[in-house]
Amino acid sequence: MSTKHMTRKATRHISQNEGLIFEKSSPGKAAWKLPPLDVPEVDPAKLLGKQERKDLGDMPEVSEIEIIRHFTRLSTWNYAIDLGMYPLGSCTMKYNPRVNEFVARVEGLANGHPYQAEKISQGALRIMQTLSECLIEITGMDAITLQPAAGAQGELTGLLMVRAFHESKGNARKKILIPDSAHGTNPATAATVGYAVENLKSNSRGMVDVAALAAQMNEDVAALMVTNPNTLGIFEQEIHKIADLLHDKGGLLYMDGANMNALVGKVRPGDFGVDVMHLNLHKTFSTPHGGGGPGSGPVAVKKMLAPFLPTPVVVTRADGTLGFEYNRPQSVGRVRAFYGNFGMFIRALAYIFANGPDGLRQTTEDAVLNANYIRKRLEGVFDLPYSTPSMHEVVFSDKLQSKKGVKTMDLAKRLIDYGFHPYTTAFPLIVPGALMIEPTESEPKEELDLFIEAMKSIAEEVEEDPQYVLNAPHNARISRLDETAAARKPILRWKPDNAV
Amino acid sequence: MGYPDDRKYTKEHEWITADGTVGITHYAQDSLGDIVFVELPKVGTEIRAKKPFGTIESVKAVSDLNAPASGTVTAVNEELTTDPEKVNKDAHSAWMLKIKIKDPAEMNSLLSAADYEKFVSEEKH
Repeated sequence: MSTKHMTRKATRHISQNEGLIFEKSSPGKAAWKLPPLDVPEVDPAKLLGKQERKDLGDMPEVSEIEIIRHFTRLSTWNYAIDLGMYPLGSCTMKYNPRVNEFVARVEGLANGHPYQAEKISQGALRIMQTLSECLIEITGMDAITLQPAAGAQGELTGLLMVRAFHESKGNARKKILIPDSAHGTNPATAATVGYAVENLKSNSRGMVDVAALAAQMNEDVAALMVTNPNTLGIFEQEIHKIADLLHDKGGLLYMDGANMNALVGKVRPGDFGVDVMHLNLHKTFSTPHGGGGPGSGPVAVKKMLAPFLPTPVVVTRADGTLGFEYNRPQSVGRVRAFYGNFGMFIRALAYIFANGPDGLRQTTEDAVLNANYIRKRLEGVFDLPYSTPSMHEVVFSDKLQSKKGVKTMDLAKRLIDYGFHPYTTAFPLIVPGALMIEPTESEPKEELDLFIEAMKSIAEEVEEDPQYVLNAPHNARISRLDETAAARKPILRWKPDNAV
Repeated sequence: MGYPDDRKYTKEHEWITADGTVGITHYAQDSLGDIVFVELPKVGTEIRAKKPFGTIESVKAVSDLNAPASGTVTAVNEELTTDPEKVNKDAHSAWMLKIKIKDPAEMNSLLSAADYEKFVSEEKH
């Protein structure tokens, strides 16, 4: 299909420059006025002694309209899913449905407080319990904690449970196996929990090399952390064999659920041998993501790990009411203040209920279809390093364009000029010069076509005028940033002397 | 790119001279891109062949630096803490460590300049 009849996606637009709010400050300006004092005045010096602070330093003094304009102008510099496709691979930047926001703002929920008594928190507890049941059903696991604040904390919680489980058997074991296609957080998590990390090579089809795993597996291995589908967007087709190899030697299978958007309603990790996994509500379950969060990273486990779940857990009491249970002697303890990012539980549950089982299944199918549509239409224009079928994302390489000296990062910078957020560049590391593209199910065919046309057009530009692509972006507010200088000589804070 | 034949190379893209000077190859710095940080061990540290002795961070990624041979660190190139770009400019003179080699026989399994050059030309995509 041609997009020629459609309005061009990107165009020039006046963008207002905006300095730091400190630069607008002048003495005496204010955006507040206090009412007359109606309580006895106290002397702060008397109460606080030396702790009283009279000089507030460089706090900006600005008027109300300056504050409004400051943040409104900054907001116009944003790129967001509400403006267009956000194809960051493995990030699942899907639409955040407005109905989620509506439900999260229902008065009793929005004004609930974690310290209010259980008997008047039954609705909130019911939401936590119902969401837990839904996620357990979707993953095929036995028990869950909603507490972790996001994916990486979910991993940490999961591995703390793995460690506690092995310790309860008398031996914490020594190492965690991690495929070379894993998310970077996986080895970081394993190291944080005190395990040595051992790398596992992928085979030529982009999957875990099962024979190599068999050779590396022994009773020092506490767990294997696998992402499925992996970061190449490929489903680990021998996942059941991987699970058996782990289990035969007493190891556990951890699944990074970042890519669960490719599986919901189709297969359940609990059914293919996973013992513990985290979910990203801010990816798969449509809660806000990337600056709009916070995230939420529930961890689901099989029965034998349930005693180690963080406290408290939601339980049904003898009288039928819900409450928190703290008395769990084998628990790894609390991992997050209060009960986790509750606002996200409401949104995720709203998403699950709005879609229902068939809707969630359709969502998964559409996400996979969208990725494969992009793959089919861009195959040949960009090099496809692995021909194994793609799931929810597709990974190309810059092999063809790098002959002209144009690398994945340059292509991504040029994509900004076409009105899209860049895809993920240079990851996964096992593909040199990777372009990792995840459209999600949110994108209509029209937006996908605009993206495909943009990518094709950039590939043509590389052939005709590579320098033009190397200098991109041309239409953005600012041109190419010196990322190297920013990393080598970072300026970490504003000082009055920096003002221009 | 010619690889100097006064030293040996690993498939992980490190080089080592007979007197125990260690660095990374031109191919490694080129694949990493602009290097922004190099983390090296202290003098006196024992390092083991094929095991990580430090990390190198570029604008793209953080990677392990693997020891080409076992030994004790006798000197560290402090210049790289402030000027990591020296590795990009000339990887074969920007050394990272000097080690007292524990077992010179370990060096026999490493690649010659010609073999390494052949290896990277195959690895190149």
